[in-house]
Order: sequence, then C-alpha cells, then structure tokens
Amino acid sequence: MATAAEAPAVGGARKRSKAYGRAERRLAAMMVAPSVAVIALVAAYPIGYAIWLSLNEYSVRVPGLSRWAGLRNYKNALTDHEFWSAFWTTMGFTVISVTLELILGLAMALAMHSAFKGRGLLRAVVLIPWATITAVTAITWRSIYEPNLGFVPQVLDKIGIGENVLWLGERGYALSVMIVADVWKTAPFMALLLLAGLQVISEDVYEAAKVDGANTWQRFTKITLPLLKPAILVALLFRTLDALRIFDLPAVLTQGANGTNTLSLHAYQQLTQNRLIGLGSALSVITFLIVMTVSFLYIRFVGGNIRTLTEE
Amino acid sequence: MEATTVGRPHPEARTRTRATTRTGPPLGRQVLTWGSVVLIVLFCLFPIYWLLNTSLKSGQDLSSGGVLPPHPTLKNYDSIFSNSAFTKALRNSVIVSFITTTISLIIGSFAAYALARLRFPMKFLLLAVVLSISTFPPIAVAAPLFKLWSDIGLFNAKYGLGLIPPALTFSLPLTIYILTSFFREIPKDLEEAALVDGATRFQAFRKVVLPLAAPGMVTAGLLVFFFAWNEFLFAVTLTSTPDARTVPAAIAFFVGSVKFEEPLGTISAAGITVMIPLVILVLIFQKRIVAGLTAGAVKG
Repeated sequence: MATAAEAPAVGGARKRSKAYGRAERRLAAMMVAPSVAVIALVAAYPIGYAIWLSLNEYSVRVPGLSRWAGLRNYKNALTDHEFWSAFWTTMGFTVISVTLELILGLAMALAMHSAFKGRGLLRAVVLIPWATITAVTAITWRSIYEPNLGFVPQVLDKIGIGENVLWLGERGYALSVMIVADVWKTAPFMALLLLAGLQVISEDVYEAAKVDGANTWQRFTKITLPLLKPAILVALLFRTLDALRIFDLPAVLTQGANGTNTLSLHAYQQLTQNRLIGLGSALSVITFLIVMTVSFLYIRFVGGNIRTLTEE
Repeated sequence: MEATTVGRPHPEARTRTRATTRTGPPLGRQVLTWGSVVLIVLFCLFPIYWLLNTSLKSGQDLSSGGVLPPHPTLKNYDSIFSNSAFTKALRNSVIVSFITTTISLIIGSFAAYALARLRFPMKFLLLAVVLSISTFPPIAVAAPLFKLWSDIGLFNAKYGLGLIPPALTFSLPLTIYILTSFFREIPKDLEEAALVDGATRFQAFRKVVLPLAAPGMVTAGLLVFFFAWNEFLFAVTLTSTPDARTVPAAIAFFVGSVKFEEPLGTISAAGITVMIPLVILVLIFQKRIVAGLTAGAVKG
C-alpha cells in the first residue's frame, strides 16, 4: 500500500522513499505530539486518577487522610436511592428528549428542504437556539415558565387550565420544562444534520417514484427514511451522548430539585456540596462507563468515516 | 454520459415542470410549506423574544407579564454593566474562548495534517481515541482536575486561565476531526509541486495547505469558540470568585443556589447580552457553521 502511494511521487527510487518514510514518521510524531500530550494530561490521566479516588475512602474530619476502600464506594453508590432516581431521570430525559428532537428535527428538515426561497434565512434562524449557551437557555425557559408572569402560566391561565402549577417547583412538571428547553436548543441542530442528509438524496429517485405512481407518504417511507437512515443514526447517537451527560441545564434550571437530578449533577453535588470524594468519584466513574457504552456504538458507527479520513 | 439523460426529464415532463413553476406548486402545498416556515421561525425565536421582553421591563412591569414591555427601559442593562461580577465574567469568557480557539487551531491543525497526509502507524486508532475523548462526560475528570488544579495553583486562576486546558481536551478532537476532512480535500499536487521546488514538508503545510484550508480553519475556529463560550462544568468546578468565573458560571451564580439573588429582569439582560456576539457570528458565518456541524454526519 505504501509503495503504491509513493511510486508516482518519487519515481520509484526505493532507497530514497524509505529514508523519506522515516523522516515522514518523525514529522508525523512531532505534529501529533502536542495534541496527544494535552489529551493525555487533561483527560486520560485524570480518568485514571478518578478511578483511584473512587477506590479509597476519605476522612471527613482530617483532610487528606484516606484509606483503601475497594469497591465499597461503588456498593454505596449503587444501593443509594438518590443514584437510582438520578439514573432513571437521566434515562427518561434522554429517551423522551432525543425522540422528540428526532421527530421535530425531521419535520423541520423536511420543511426547510422544500422551502427553497427562505432557506438561507431559515438556516440562520435555526442556528440561534443552537448558539444560545445552555445557561442562558435555562434562564430563558425559567422566564417563560415563571409563575404568574411567564408566558406559559399566563396562557394556561387564560384558557383556564393548569392554574397554580408551579412548573419548576413540582416533580414531573420540572422535568417536562427541562425536556422542552433541551428540545428547543437541540432540535434545530438535529434538523441541520438531517437537512444535510436530505440534500444528498438525488431528486431523480423521487421523480422516478412519482412516475411509478408513488404518493407523498410512500415516497417518504420508501425513499426518504431508508436513505436518511445513516444520518439519522449518527444524529441519534450523537444526541444520546449529549443527553446522557446533561449537567448545565438542570444545574441552572432547578439545581437538580424536583426530580430533575441527573447522573452528572448528582455526582457533582456529592463531590462539591457533600465533599464525599470517594462516593462522588465512584458516581463519576459509573456515569463515565454508561456514557462510554453508547460512545462505543457511536465510534463504531462513524468508524467508516474515520477510516476514510485516515486511509492513504 | 447517462447522467445527463437521467438528470433531465424527457420533453413532455419538462413542459409539465415549467407549467407548474409558472403558477408555483399547488396552493395547498405552498400553504403547508410557508406555514411550517412560520412555525419554525416562531419556535426558534419566540423564547429569545420573551427573554428580551423580560429584560426590557423593570419594577412594577416585571409582575405584569405582557407580551410587550409597557414601558421599555434599559435599566437592567445599566445594572448588569455596572456589576463588576458580570463585566469580569464577560472579559474572562472572551479571554478563555480566544485562547482556547487559537491553541486548538494551531496544535489541532498539526495533528490533522499528519492524519490527513502523512504515513505513520496506528492512525485509525489515534483518531478513534481522539474522537472518543470528545464523548467523555466531563464530570468524570472534574474531581481529579479540582485536586490537581488546587495543588499546582491553577484553581481559580485569574481570567479563568485554568479553564483552558480542560476546554482543549474537548475542543481539540472537534478541531482535528473537522480539519482532517478539510485537508483531505485539498489536491495533493499543489503540495507535491512545492516539495519538488525544494520546500520541506512542514513548509508545504504552512505555505500551501494552511492558506487553502482557511475556510476549514474558520469553521473549526467558530465551533471551538462557541464550545468554549458555552463550557459550564469546569467553569463552576475550577473557579470560585468573579476574577476567574466565565459567563456561564456567573449566570449560574446570579441565579443562586435556592432562589433568584438577582431579579429576573437583570438576569434576562445578562442572557441577552451574552447572546449578542454569538448571534452576530451566526448571521455572518451561518454557512461555515453548518458545514462544520455536518462534516461528520453526512459523508460515508
């Protein structure tokens, strides 16, 4: 493979190409080194350290005093009902918000695809929620659901339903606000990914189906969906990874109160507010393992992309 | 080739298409399309409008809650700009985001060039590992980094400088991935011509490839800038005073641990203010941003 690639460039001078290969490797190592160093120092090493921290227990009275605890922190974490509550909240949040994002994102992508004139404008408009930082997204939706003066409570009041619901103050309702906020911020992102997928489907396929008498619905289910499947899968996995890690949205929206505590936020609270370094680290490692399972699927799925990017 | 015949509908079909374009698509369809366009615009912009609306109200008006501010006022904006916790956060966010973007582009472009063009072993593994790092939940490294940063004095470092290294671990994979795909699209001949003219490989990269990859650099730079501006978890874990806090952490701090410490109007004004630079970037660079977001998803 290497010789085939080199042959046209250096005219088959074997010796030269070999020496060149060594120089090339050295250059490659030098060019890759800074990135690898940063990632190793600030990601790989701390992960190892987190695992170490999670296997020890720490004195509350004497700072810095610790002893080996084996898997005790993990046992405590997994038998703690707050962990399971955060676990199910995270799973519910992930499944519902990613599903809604897919449906809404797909609908938006189809609309954008058929609206030829307004597409540039729509693209800019759709990027605005995506560009809104999550902390601001949280305060935006707080202001919309603010009791009495927010938009939603007022509208519901006029219609005469949902009076006196403290949206962010009640279980279930608080989680629904969090889901709405997340869907608002990320459905447009989903729409852009799917729109890009739609744009590579050739018009001819649709024309041919039309000639054969396929109606709009048939064209959607028999052509659009199957051809869009790879884009949908990548977008789904990507969004699932983000949703499982969610931290900033509940942190600003509710501080994890009223059934909105997520895995990341729960671990964070144990670490910072309760100063339970061992338990907090175990919770972080558990979150890490859950996310990495999905990440593995994701990497496998975009593996084809990576291979094309790295092959000669 | 065949593509031309396939690409063009046969004469009969063509007259039909022309006839329909003159009058436009069927009315029902047109209404549906434009209806959904209006819905999308409302869906995306109304919440931001509501935030803007809230930010323009003060005092009594805040408890009225109309769709239009009865007496629009910039009082809330005055108050956040005279609040040093907010102005410092803005300054810190600008510093952290710019430095993170610059470093990411420099060292990320090196790595991306090596991945796209040079021959060395274990390339696939390297890119796969780099990409999987970007999917790490940041909470997994929060506690160790907190300890480490406390030990080496980066905890609560002025201007939020301590936030740059962790931001890099998440922004570098993004930069490397986007730039690798951009570099691959640059024709090899140009570099080879430079090499024949006696340039070193690195010179060819710097003088030939980099200028041609400028659109890719802009795309990657924008996404990294947005990412760094948005980063929250490290911002709240590794800082403790306004001197080091970035915007997201400052907003979380304004909101307070139990109830609003700042009135809703002021927080809304802060939210609108930090959105403005990002909205401007979106309006100018929307095409580049979309190209970056979809770089990974469509190909292959």
